[in-house]
Amino acid sequence: MSKHTVAVIDYGMGNLHSVASALEYVGKNVDVIVTADAEKILAADRVVFPGVGAIRDCMAEILRLGVDQVVAEVAATKPMLAICVGMQALMTRSEENHGVDCLGVFPGEVKFFGNPLVDNSGQKLKVPHMGWNQLHQTKAHPLWEGIQQDSRFYFVHSYYVHADDPSLIAATAGYGVDIHAALHRDNIFAVQCHPEKSSDMGLKLLSNFLKWSGQG
Amino acid sequence: MGLAKRIIPCLDVDNGRVVKGVNFVDIRDAGDPVEVAKRYNQQGADEITFLDITATHEGRDTTIHTVENIASEVFIPLTVGGGIRSVEDIRTMLNAGADKVGINSAAINNPDLIKIAAERFGSQCIVVAIDAKQVSTEGQPLRWEIFTHGGRNPTGIDAVEWAKKMVTNGAGEILLTSMDRDGTKNGFDLALTRAISDAVSVPVIASGGVGNLDHLVDGVLKGGADAVLAASIFHFAEYSVPEAKRYMAERGIEVRL
Repeated sequence: MSKHTVAVIDYGMGNLHSVASALEYVGKNVDVIVTADAEKILAADRVVFPGVGAIRDCMAEILRLGVDQVVAEVAATKPMLAICVGMQALMTRSEENHGVDCLGVFPGEVKFFGNPLVDNSGQKLKVPHMGWNQLHQTKAHPLWEGIQQDSRFYFVHSYYVHADDPSLIAATAGYGVDIHAALHRDNIFAVQCHPEKSSDMGLKLLSNFLKWSGQG
Repeated sequence: MGLAKRIIPCLDVDNGRVVKGVNFVDIRDAGDPVEVAKRYNQQGADEITFLDITATHEGRDTTIHTVENIASEVFIPLTVGGGIRSVEDIRTMLNAGADKVGINSAAINNPDLIKIAAERFGSQCIVVAIDAKQVSTEGQPLRWEIFTHGGRNPTGIDAVEWAKKMVTNGAGEILLTSMDRDGTKNGFDLALTRAISDAVSVPVIASGGVGNLDHLVDGVLKGGADAVLAASIFHFAEYSVPEAKRYMAERGIEVRL
């Protein structure tokens, strides 16, 4: 029997080494491939859609390589985990780089944190939102299994997701504004934080993803 | 509740070996950066900073392998600094598995490097390291300048203005070291930390001078640091990372426990 395959979509934006090696670390019997090849992605059992850097460059590469078509097909068929800018790319539109149209898999916007950004007590907050913040789970989901409510995950981003449909929200995080830090619909799960950099809790999330049927 | 203040142990690495010694009692090889990084991860360190002090060209390949080995076993953010001079150096380190690179003298020699690097790789991975020293004398308004070569060479550049300029150019974070305090164990230069932290919109990591846990607390509460970096107090097991975090939490600082 062939190994279970996870494709990490590589559209040339930044280093995917850490996502791939974290998946290899938790999935002893999993074959991790880092690729932009549509055939290989569509043949995989599950797909990770990462992203790093500026959204304009990411979207340009996604369109140039035809990754938009692949993502649309994956989104309709198999378990997919989008991470950070990968999550942002799934939204309708981003305010970054003077406004960029995204893939529109999830209705909603990616907004700038704003400058100045302040917390409840009027204290100035730094942007990017960088470091370990609490992920507040807002619905039960197989990917949260074994992860305590309000566990801390590593974030680094200057723009945040706001989903139009509250039923999509799987977790929130607070940083001056209410960040929709995880979204879920059917077989698609998306997180703003970096599970591959979030130590034990992050590895747990990735290991849950590798077991996830893509339902519930 | 919100974002936690970060504690970052710093490893000085020369030719693939941790120098300045590490004193974990039950560690197999205290000179192996991978073993040391794993141990800090188990202790709950929020990030690891790896300062490469390798002087030789051949040694740089060893550094790349070390970064690869850490990145395949330790799943917290890793910053690599020391000897990063070009876009190519940055790419090499990021491809090896570093999440961020620390750029020091190269930014002074070529401020556009930060601009180009931030555009190419994103601000989130560009840390500008600033080594500053107080130049004002008593009675004068406080003023700090950038120094190079371990604090020996003045540049005439004002530290606060420089930090602002680097952020405008695209730095995503500032690693601020007081050359007056580095190695003294007398605590951070809090006035310097506060001046830089108030002047920039991005996170500031305070470094240089930590001798006890109150110094970490002061760095956050008085200096306004978003993260605190320390080497010897952790390496020599004077304090552990969990001890430091509990101490900070008891004083009202939000940390990841």
